[in-house]
Amino acid sequence: MDAATWGLIIATFVACFVEMVEATTIVMAMGFTRSWRSALIGTFAALGVLAVVTVAAGYALATWLPESALQLAIGGLLLIFGLQWLRKAILRSSGRKAVHDEDAIYREEVEAARAAGETTKGLDLFAFMVSFKGVFLEGMEVVFIVLTFGLNANNIPVASIGAAAAVVIVLGIAVALRRPLSMINENLLKYGVGLLLASFGTYWAVEGIGIFRDGRESLGWPGHDLMILVLIAAWFLLSRIFVAALRKPAVPSATVAMEVQK
Amino acid sequence: MKFLKAFGQFWYDFIIGDDWKIAAAVVLALLVLLVAMLAGVFGDTGLTLLGGALIVIGFSVSLAIDVRPKRR
Repeated sequence: MDAATWGLIIATFVACFVEMVEATTIVMAMGFTRSWRSALIGTFAALGVLAVVTVAAGYALATWLPESALQLAIGGLLLIFGLQWLRKAILRSSGRKAVHDEDAIYREEVEAARAAGETTKGLDLFAFMVSFKGVFLEGMEVVFIVLTFGLNANNIPVASIGAAAAVVIVLGIAVALRRPLSMINENLLKYGVGLLLASFGTYWAVEGIGIFRDGRESLGWPGHDLMILVLIAAWFLLSRIFVAALRKPAVPSATVAMEVQK
Repeated sequence: MKFLKAFGQFWYDFIIGDDWKIAAAVVLALLVLLVAMLAGVFGDTGLTLLGGALIVIGFSVSLAIDVRPKRR
């Protein structure tokens, strides 16, 4: 395999890993407090729907849209998505936003599960629906990333392998540990993924503007794919400048929340 | 119905997120790039570099607005 293929697998693997950690927290809360059977049925039902969405949307987009339109639409969305992750990472690294806490989320889900009332027999609909929704909604972000990277690299299967590997590994760790995966530095992972998404998004969205010129040909970056490395370096440098400029001493989270506009 | 609402919320969170200014900055940067391309000001190299710079500037401005000191 060449470097570009490995890059594709790593990008989708890390992005999927982050989202799966969040989804696993919800599924574990439902499993431990209500019904493992219903929580797992909800999880696998959501994974099945996500697989169908990936194949159907991937086929439709690759078949019907010209390359530059695909780059503009998908690159633009990827760029917005990546910059939102980068913004959060900058605010968290500089102490202006509360750090994502899987333990706190787990406690909230457990309380909600206990408050929802008992189910006597059969499928526990509460555990099923919460697990399904959690996995589906977190997974939709992964589907988007897989489609984006896969379509632009003309290799959706390889992008899917990266995502599927992350699903297997996160589930494996969760089964082995039997507790929320709060030891994983999710904020650092999100920072890394945010940099990748922002860089690839910038590259493709700018290329895709070429759809509006005669011939509908994508704009060409100097250095072609190598420019992506320059963009990663540029976004990293900019984010570190912002972190350094915005850094402030730790303050109570209530005060932090008031200072950052939601 | 609840699920559809959550699905709609997902797309809102996805595009608008915590800070609508980022989506606005990206759209504005791409619009300026489009105008520059249609005006024939630069070749591909100039246009791509301009596009990258506009996006970086747009993000920086939206973040600077986000963290500006609030009036009491």
